[in-house]
Amino acid sequence: MRGTLLTTIVNAKMGHVGGDLSVIDILGTLYFSVLRVDPTDPHAESRDRFVLSKGHCSVALYTTLAYAGFLPIEELASFAAPLSRLNGHPCNRKLPGVETSTGPLGHGLPVATGIAIGGKLSGADWRVFVVVGDGELQEGSNWESMMSAAHQRLDNLTLIVDRNHLQQGDRTSAVTSMEPLAERFAAFGWETHEVDGHDHAALESLLSSPNTSGRPRCLIAATVKGQGVSFIRDRVEWHHKVPSREQLAAALDELEVAS
Amino acid sequence: MSELFDCRDAFVATLEELAEQDPRIVAVVNDSIGSSKLTGFRQRWPERLINVGIAEQTLVGVGAGLANAGLKPFVCAASCFLTGRALEQIKADIVYSQAQVVLCGISSGVAYGELGPTHHSIEDLAWTRVLPGLEIIVPADPVETAAAVRYAYAAEGPVFLRLSRVGVPRLLDQRYRYEPGRAHVLRDGADLTLIACGVMVHRALEAAERLSDLGLEARVLNLPSIAPLDRREIVRAAQQTGAILTLEEHSVRGGMGSAVAEAVVAEAPCRMKLMGFEDFAPTGEANFLLDHVGMSVIGIVDAAQRLVGEPLVAK
Ligand SMILES: Cc1ncc(C[n+]2csc(CCOP(=O)(O)OP(=O)(O)O)c2C)c(N)n1
Repeated sequence: MRGTLLTTIVNAKMGHVGGDLSVIDILGTLYFSVLRVDPTDPHAESRDRFVLSKGHCSVALYTTLAYAGFLPIEELASFAAPLSRLNGHPCNRKLPGVETSTGPLGHGLPVATGIAIGGKLSGADWRVFVVVGDGELQEGSNWESMMSAAHQRLDNLTLIVDRNHLQQGDRTSAVTSMEPLAERFAAFGWETHEVDGHDHAALESLLSSPNTSGRPRCLIAATVKGQGVSFIRDRVEWHHKVPSREQLAAALDELEVAS
Repeated sequence: MSELFDCRDAFVATLEELAEQDPRIVAVVNDSIGSSKLTGFRQRWPERLINVGIAEQTLVGVGAGLANAGLKPFVCAASCFLTGRALEQIKADIVYSQAQVVLCGISSGVAYGELGPTHHSIEDLAWTRVLPGLEIIVPADPVETAAAVRYAYAAEGPVFLRLSRVGVPRLLDQRYRYEPGRAHVLRDGADLTLIACGVMVHRALEAAERLSDLGLEARVLNLPSIAPLDRREIVRAAQQTGAILTLEEHSVRGGMGSAVAEAVVAEAPCRMKLMGFEDFAPTGEANFLLDHVGMSVIGIVDAAQRLVGEPLVAK
């Protein structure tokens, strides 16, 4: 999937390569081992809900959705093309499988909180998962809904923080420190775990384990922005830079050797 | 094709020039240093570049606070998030409190075409235009951008500068000075008036030339000052040409065209058509989207011909 997403970005000449590579293991784990969703019936009432709050990483989501059968893999080539349904940011009015349109940061958790409350009200047993970026946590709306979700005891809600320590223009610690992040979540009333965000087995075991705490759950997933490609890894300038054809070839070689 | 300019370059060049002379100037950003082209500013004056993180409500509140503390803040963020996310802060902290802040909405309109409607800023004029006491400027070229930055710096109240990144040709003379509440006749004509702002102005001029070949003489008004509005020039256009077509990189609801229509209806009703976005736009590069919604040069020519040819009362 890393190769596919890189190729998609290079072809479209746009995308958020660093954050895509950072979040792709989380998305893969969710779609292939955790979420109860059905590409042939994407609006099934009983489905688990997933919200990618860091909507700029749409290519990672589209790639995962394609591999999971929600759209043809060939369609990825139309990413960001004129009149495409694969917008730069995911749009639920266009693409089945996307629960809500995202792109402006700080919207995913409030919406997911609403979905979780709705699930409780209707006595449904599906779950809601939402992924935010760590820079994105600087938006106050997240902290408002964190309090709300804890107050409402939303044990059907799981938040995953893609903790890669970088945002658009700088290291997150240089802009507004997030630490101590785990303690902050705990203090806000969340069941909190720290996990390696590139370790599929560890992610899967936490994400699939039943939540008996009576509290919303948060996974702080330690990730590396640009994971998998040495020259993109952990470098702030790769937030939305597009690799050249030669760089793409080098990256694909590297991914081949690694797998 | 003449050379195209990214008006953000004129924006930062002027800002740096002013900042050199006035140490009170500070820039406030929401992690948007690169997209505001402020990397050079940060290198020269690291302590005068305040990055509040991805937190637009705080961004605007901090801007108001800095003004209160005697500084001259230029608050820069993508126009869609600056105006949308922080609208109430703009209302209460900046405009109602008359904090002397320059709000710089970067990459406005459909500059972020491919990023989709969440990143398009075709509502920002409607959102800000209702706030009494906020001056709104939409520059059309680099010369006007530089002039607008100078004006906003010296203005006595808050200013919203709506800046694009879509390439535009240079239209105005170097000696040009921005004046609030003034529209400019860029071309005279008696058959109808095209009123445009920002990236639509050069398309309006091209359309006027084509119309002239077809025997219709169009007046072209550049309307950079959305608030205050040049009611006198608008009324003159309505009375002298009898038909007005407005062109804006914004929703047809509540933007520049609506402002013009309010003046026209109150003082000199005439035939009018508002061109702009009628719905959330699809995905695509900015110029593609402008063409797609009918504002290609040909599309404008066509709409102008129809407007003039239409019977006053529909049958
Ligand atoms: C409200 C809002 N403000 C600003 C932006 C512009 N923006 C897009 S991505 C980004 C950085 C996000 O950083 P982070 O959440 O850490 O994501 P990651 O590093 O994982 O890509 C910014 C500032 C936005 N999309 N929404």
